[in-house]
Amino acid sequence: MITLNVNGKDHQLDIDPDMPLLYALRNHLALNGAKYGCGLGQCGACTVMVGDKPVFSCLVPAAAASGKTVRTVEGLGSADKPGPLQAAFIDAQAAQCGYCIAGMIMRAQALIETVPHPSDEQIREHMAPNLCRCGTHMRIFSAIKAVVASGVKP
Amino acid sequence: MKRMTLWAVLLIALIGVIVCAAMMWRPSIQPLNTPVTADATKIERGARVVEQGDCAVCHTRPGGAYMAGGLPLVTPFGTLYTTNITPDWGTGIGNWPEEAFVRAMRKGVSRDGHFLYPAFPYVHYSRMSDADISDAYAYLMSVDPVQARAPENHMMFPMNFRPLVTFWNLLFLRDDPLVPVAGQSERWNRGRYLVEGAGHCSSCHTPLNFIGGEKSSEHLGGGLVDGWHAPALTGMTQAANPWTPEQLVAYLRGEVAQGHGGAAGPMLPVSLSMAQLPQEDAEAVAEYILSLKADITPPASSCVAASPEPIKPDQREGAALFAGACAGCHGGGAPMRTIDGRPGLSVVSAATSDSPRNLIKTILEGIPLSTRAPSHYMPPFADALDDTHIAALAGYLRGQACAAKPWADLEKTVTTIRHEGEPK
Repeated sequence: MITLNVNGKDHQLDIDPDMPLLYALRNHLALNGAKYGCGLGQCGACTVMVGDKPVFSCLVPAAAASGKTVRTVEGLGSADKPGPLQAAFIDAQAAQCGYCIAGMIMRAQALIETVPHPSDEQIREHMAPNLCRCGTHMRIFSAIKAVVASGVKP
Repeated sequence: MKRMTLWAVLLIALIGVIVCAAMMWRPSIQPLNTPVTADATKIERGARVVEQGDCAVCHTRPGGAYMAGGLPLVTPFGTLYTTNITPDWGTGIGNWPEEAFVRAMRKGVSRDGHFLYPAFPYVHYSRMSDADISDAYAYLMSVDPVQARAPENHMMFPMNFRPLVTFWNLLFLRDDPLVPVAGQSERWNRGRYLVEGAGHCSSCHTPLNFIGGEKSSEHLGGGLVDGWHAPALTGMTQAANPWTPEQLVAYLRGEVAQGHGGAAGPMLPVSLSMAQLPQEDAEAVAEYILSLKADITPPASSCVAASPEPIKPDQREGAALFAGACAGCHGGGAPMRTIDGRPGLSVVSAATSDSPRNLIKTILEGIPLSTRAPSHYMPPFADALDDTHIAALAGYLRGQACAAKPWADLEKTVTTIRHEGEPK
């Protein structure tokens, strides 16, 4: 049994310790926000937060996440009550196909929590590991900047 | 009589002071009045020399303008910032005549007469040919000028007093040219010239003594740079997993070296530089390096994994972590191995080396993406795995690569390496 604390709740899961966290979240906890992209840590679609850090959940064995706090995009808000970053992404219409967005939001969340007023350069550098094949980077960038400018703590 | 002795002592002291002051003084060289120009062929030759010298690796900071400096170099004696070597008139070397550039390269003295710190590898550049230095000057004076002043250095006393470098130079600076060795091939001699001159390989691959000079008795015997172990370049053909010229050429150019790992850490930018150069440069370097023998057969020879080692009970956690975090790329059936022909981790030097340092560094930091060459990529795991997990992973990988010689104190080592380089 592996214990995972996800979005503030403990879950006992009967899974192998080498199962990637992403599979545990999607297949066992029905948290389908994080996506499987490359499975190699190259695209960022699977990004979630472990502790206060963004990680590629496709490369984190469940055993390594056990005993830590895991946060996914579902923990930031809902369709009815989106969190500040989610609302900003909607306002900026940052999603085209949407596949990368959950990962983008979680990586941005980690930045804003640790660096309250990041510079443009810091935002670009921090977001670099996450790819968007539709090319909506500028909208993603402006959504993050809008939250930073608003001063609202996401 | 007593009085005479006193006068004699004072006189000797005075002469000493004058001699020291003379040793520590270098004249300023008159700045240029008008910008210099050179013909395109000379500039093109210079671009090759500058790439061979890896100038941009230090003189360009991440995200900064080409050759505009500003990269911090953390030394045991304090932190230095690389200078702007673009031809900007006020903050770069725009007003340097060639004579001043030659003096900097050969003697480590700036145009205005101040001593440069030996982090700038003039002890190696001094062995370069006049023609190469002249071409490098022509190229650097042709790049886009950028106005950027390097941040102030933070060197500790007494090394913040630059004139003291003169005594360091007495010990370590030699500027006799590299005379070709008779009986060796032209390519070997060319390789030696690149390795010992512009390439300044020994700056990282030779251990340093307590005042930061290279230990000449252990030339190219392996060193430590930016927290990475720079392996010995001697005895590469005698190692448990010996290198062939083809493998080393591929490695040096950022390509897949069949049967060996890829360049990582501070060697990555060096390989990306070499990838820009004609292949003959890497071939010459490889011929020279592979001719260097080690005195003894390295004890690493016991690390030969003929078949997969059985997993011991204390390695099960590491094996599970490998399956979940690493096997997608490093497992036997992973496309990176079956299609690209990259080797399993049990033969790479990071796992067979006596020290776990490079394996731990690679797991923590990964290998950044690069746009300059095919290169390699690995995501960093510093945030995904904690020290206990990385230690378990390293213990498992070591068991697969070199079961006879497990690494001790892994968790403590991971913790130490993770926090190295952090501001204290």
